Amino acid sequence: MSVIYILLTISIVVAIGFFVAFIVAVKRGQFDDSYTPSVRMLFEDELVKDKPEKTILTKEDQQF
Amino acid sequence: MEHKTCFHCGLDSTTSEIIYDDKSFCCNGCKTVYEIFSANDLTCYYDLQNAPGTTPKEIEGKYNFLDNPKIVERLLEFNDEKTQIVTLYIPHIHCSSCIWILENLNKLHPSVSSSIVNFGKKTVRVNYNTEHFSLKGLVKLLSSIGYEPFISLDDYSVGKKNVDRSLIYKLGVASFAFGNIMFLSFPEYFQVSGFWIEKYAPVFRWLMFVFSLPVVFYSAQDYFISAYKGIRSKILNIDVPIALGAAVLFIRSTAEIVFNIGTGFFDSLSGLIFFLLLGKFFQQKTYTFLSFERDYKSYFPIGITKILSDNSETSIQVYDIEKGDRLLIRNEELIPVDCILIKGKARIDYSFVTGESEAVSKQSGDKLFAGGKQLNGSIEVDALKTVEQSYLTQLWSNDVFSKNKEDGFTTLTNAISKRFTIAVLSIAIVATSYWLFSDASKALNVFTSVLIIACPCAIALAAPFTFGNLLRIFGKLKFYAKNASVIEQLAAVDTIIFDKTGTITANKETSIEYNGLELSEDEEALLKSTLRNSNHPLSRSLYSLLNDNDIVTLDTYEEHVGKGIEAQHNQDSIKIGSAPFVGYTSETATLNTAVHVSTNNKYKGSFTFYNKYRKGLSKLFNKLKKEYDLVILSGDNAGEKENLTKLLPAKTKLFFNQKPEDKLEYIKHHQNSGAKVLMIGDGLNDAGALAQSNVGIAISENVNVFSPACDAILDATKFNQLYHFIKASKSAIKIIKWSFLLSLIYNCIGLYFAVTGQLAPVIAAILMPLSSISIVVFTTICTNIIAPPSLSIGEEYSDE
Repeated sequence: MSVIYILLTISIVVAIGFFVAFIVAVKRGQFDDSYTPSVRMLFEDELVKDKPEKTILTKEDQQF
Repeated sequence: MEHKTCFHCGLDSTTSEIIYDDKSFCCNGCKTVYEIFSANDLTCYYDLQNAPGTTPKEIEGKYNFLDNPKIVERLLEFNDEKTQIVTLYIPHIHCSSCIWILENLNKLHPSVSSSIVNFGKKTVRVNYNTEHFSLKGLVKLLSSIGYEPFISLDDYSVGKKNVDRSLIYKLGVASFAFGNIMFLSFPEYFQVSGFWIEKYAPVFRWLMFVFSLPVVFYSAQDYFISAYKGIRSKILNIDVPIALGAAVLFIRSTAEIVFNIGTGFFDSLSGLIFFLLLGKFFQQKTYTFLSFERDYKSYFPIGITKILSDNSETSIQVYDIEKGDRLLIRNEELIPVDCILIKGKARIDYSFVTGESEAVSKQSGDKLFAGGKQLNGSIEVDALKTVEQSYLTQLWSNDVFSKNKEDGFTTLTNAISKRFTIAVLSIAIVATSYWLFSDASKALNVFTSVLIIACPCAIALAAPFTFGNLLRIFGKLKFYAKNASVIEQLAAVDTIIFDKTGTITANKETSIEYNGLELSEDEEALLKSTLRNSNHPLSRSLYSLLNDNDIVTLDTYEEHVGKGIEAQHNQDSIKIGSAPFVGYTSETATLNTAVHVSTNNKYKGSFTFYNKYRKGLSKLFNKLKKEYDLVILSGDNAGEKENLTKLLPAKTKLFFNQKPEDKLEYIKHHQNSGAKVLMIGDGLNDAGALAQSNVGIAISENVNVFSPACDAILDATKFNQLYHFIKASKSAIKIIKWSFLLSLIYNCIGLYFAVTGQLAPVIAAILMPLSSISIVVFTTICTNIIAPPSLSIGEEYSDE
């Protein structure tokens, strides 16, 4: 069997893999709220008690 | 004294003298919230944003309806023996502190296992254990920290709404297939013959065929369905030539690979569908924090307190209210049904329903209408009708609310597609018949080529991208349109109808004029001190508008409900209130609200309240009058008539005392005589008119709170720019017409290849994306040029 068939198979399997990942992500609602996660990921540092540093979040323009 | 602001909510706290933990607070409510947070190690809340909070409101008894398991069941998203999940809408969510505190609810109550905020929708989804906790407990907890959820009749069907994501799936499938088919087409783009191609071409071709199947039968199905519907109702809409082109592309390509004639046009086919879906996707701009579909349900409460015959109270659901039920309406609650007042002093704010700005007092035995808001303590009423049969809610049974406005409106694209389709079909037939005589073997090839190359991809993209882009620009300028068709309809408008209260007048601002004898300094101080004690809305607004005076301590103070207030300080007495109360008998007939004052039983004069009109109103009207018929339909009385005639252009028509149905009928009447009506309103009383008009715009002081069902929401501060929005919509139509011309040029080039029988797949694969992309670029650049300038106009009006 020619190598071209193997390459085609691999490329299609990889493509379908990404396609399925995309569908699953949409189905789980990952694209429904694109703003909150961007804020949430910055909180982890604040949870450490004692005098948390003021981050860029204190800016007024963080308001939606 | 040093100026201080509340650490929790940021309001002025100079006079409150509440200090806790070295921080000053404006009221005990704010202090309590701070105490809760500091006791639970949650003061990070204040690090993320300065003064992010709000004062918790008194909610005593307000959420008793959450004891009713039937109501709770309908609100929950998930419910089993131990866990419940609920999504609550919290209007106060506005900053990162809000997200942080709401996602740390589990620290405030151990029964909460997790909570997730959706900032755009202003909702929080809470997962909690029901062993020691309930929904009512959760709502009380949220309210106690200033995040009171808003629960309305609209939530009654929660959990049954499914998000429609089919367009994203279709777009995903199309882009996936498009990319892969492009890769597979590459070998044959560059090599037309040779050993390698001859050996492997069938594999590549059949793979392309397989990839194109989901594109044709899934992604493109809407176009086929729409074209079929169009032909059935004898309309050649834009989807007819698209569906025709896609079908011919697929059939001819399949035939080519079956008979091993060529590689087919699968690349162009999937590219075409991909670009079309992209246009559709771009055209959809959704504002998650806005709703354009609100009806009375969004305003009405879910539950109400019913008083049983043995005087005990129980919570029932508003749909269960029956004629004759005795109901308890608390302060600030909405009256859900038409009823008769039995007990208590009613002061009803009907501004939702009628647009009247002043609250009205009612005596027991008076009839109250649904939609009014009680402002003065609790009252007891007897229901006269059920919810659906009440005066206000009946408006929604009018069939304008079930009609879809987009039906019956011929879009520019569909208007041109009729001629386009006929032209393409005749070219195809003429070219085919020519080839039938000169070289019959090429005839079928030419016929299909013409249909393929003439597929109006670029035409179909012009409108979605122009309107989609303008929609986004408008959104940035705080004019939120529901969809692209609203902009197209806005451009066609020739009559503009305004509501008065809340639309051309500002809701919160009133101006006050004093007529009468001048008040001495002592008298002014006494007046101000007396007003300070009163909670009547007129007293409050008069108090805030008077100059600062020393506050004197009153010896006596008495409030006569429905009449006025009376006070004494040293030797001086003062009476403030209605004309008869202060002893003023020669009352001249005035329709405006007035407060009369007398001191030591001597009549002094009156303060008259006037509506304050929005900034730039007369400038806006003067700009609009050249091109549009202007009308004002007000639910209020004619008190402002003289004022308005002075302010507005002479040909503006003014109508007062208009009921909601009157407004609707007025618009209907004018539409029947050919007018295209733009209605601008704000309250529920305009809901019928907004639905009936061609374009209904709701004005909103705060876009996060409620506005009735409409086509677009305009932020009140941008009211004076209305003219520029309409003008931009008109320019958008021009852009689309130019785009049509541009895409016709591409079509002519393509048709040359097609009718001469030399359309190779690679030409189609280049020409189609090229035309689509250049249309996208052209419309994007043009819409940015015509967009209303945001800064320069602001400056133009700011000096007023």
